[in-house]
Amino acid sequence: MTHPHDGGGHHHHHDHDHEHQAVPHDLALRVKALESLLVDKGLVDRAALDAIVDAYETRIGPRNGARVVARAWVDPDYRSRLLTNATAAIAELGYGGGQGEDMVVLENTPKVHNMVVCTLCSCYPWPVLGLPPVWYKSAPYRSRAVIDPRGVLREFGVELPDEVEVRVWDSTAELRYLVLPERPAGTESMTEDELAELVTRDSMIGTGRINTKDAKDTKDRKGR
Amino acid sequence: MNGVHDMGGMHGMGPIRPEPNEPVFHAAWEARVYAMTRALRSDGKWNLDSGRHEIEQLPPADYLRMTYYEKWFARLVRRVLRVGLVTRDELDSGHPAPGPKATPGLTAHMVPAMIARGGSARREVAAEPTFAVGDRVRARNIHPAGHTRLPRYARGKIGTIDRDHGVFVFPDTNAQFLGENPQHVYSVRFLARELWGDQASPRDSVYVDLWDAYLERI
Repeated sequence: MTHPHDGGGHHHHHDHDHEHQAVPHDLALRVKALESLLVDKGLVDRAALDAIVDAYETRIGPRNGARVVARAWVDPDYRSRLLTNATAAIAELGYGGGQGEDMVVLENTPKVHNMVVCTLCSCYPWPVLGLPPVWYKSAPYRSRAVIDPRGVLREFGVELPDEVEVRVWDSTAELRYLVLPERPAGTESMTEDELAELVTRDSMIGTGRINTKDAKDTKDRKGR
Repeated sequence: MNGVHDMGGMHGMGPIRPEPNEPVFHAAWEARVYAMTRALRSDGKWNLDSGRHEIEQLPPADYLRMTYYEKWFARLVRRVLRVGLVTRDELDSGHPAPGPKATPGLTAHMVPAMIARGGSARREVAAEPTFAVGDRVRARNIHPAGHTRLPRYARGKIGTIDRDHGVFVFPDTNAQFLGENPQHVYSVRFLARELWGDQASPRDSVYVDLWDAYLERI
């Protein structure tokens, strides 16, 4: 096995990679070799690795956060508990644990827009949103979110009027933040399950909003 | 440390590129690196904070060039070598040296509980808060060469204590295995104009979670 910094050839074979981020072609082989070695030495159990991957690929993701948001939209008491003790309220729906041990929920209103970043690394509320997308961990987002939040939001298609206050939350400690987006107009007749389907990952990071048009489209689609 | 990882407010990093329908992992090796990192038992030889510091200590050019899980892999390799779980010879040959086989600290049936338990950095210990909600504070103008979670853009700036989150492990000492030194963490609200000047909106603000030791009274 070669040293991780030995380099070797660079291939642009991952679509998500930034142009400056090409993965060495033998990386997959080196990872496989390390796993075999750790398994052979009895340091890790291959089935445990499979179980971890499976949990984050199938069970732990933004649909969990969407359920929390939808419950808060339909149940004012739940919403109130969520805003005062987020960790406990989220646990009521069965979510919690690694990188969500100490949660804070931030409520968006017509006057206040919250947006979350981790400028120092990649802190993100895993139990409710899953593992973070590449852009959230990337230098462009981490560098700009704090100095130019309105510009960043514009790139995500969120145009905020000057009179709306933008609050950026830099996750520098072990609190993990979830944004409670505004419930879109025109969704009064929707069920909790239907509402959960409207909630996007980005709306819970604060880089997206759920607009009425999307809501109506979803409802119309369901109606047909 | 004043590293390239501390990038809040930097320019020139390029456009943000959201990926539609992004998969959780982009390749199988990423998933394996993630899982190995979580499955290995630390035995007190690394922790959350020391782990972040390991990534920060990558050479700056490598930090910017490498993908996220490439950094995790570099950390994992260095870590197993540093703490002696694996020798250089074993890594190079791919075969374990003769000797007794270890028992994995984590087996498949333990995984759901491990994930559900997590590992809170909150500590239920008595620690007096130095500040109260509403206090005006200044983030100290300090430049620790080791790990710190006080971002450069906030240093020397004046803000207001917005909420007291309670008592948490102090990363600066924990990362160096110098003790947990638990203390209050506050969400400190900095007006965007305090941080960035008149180019920022007068309405906007940045909330930064800061430990007691990062703050001074004004």
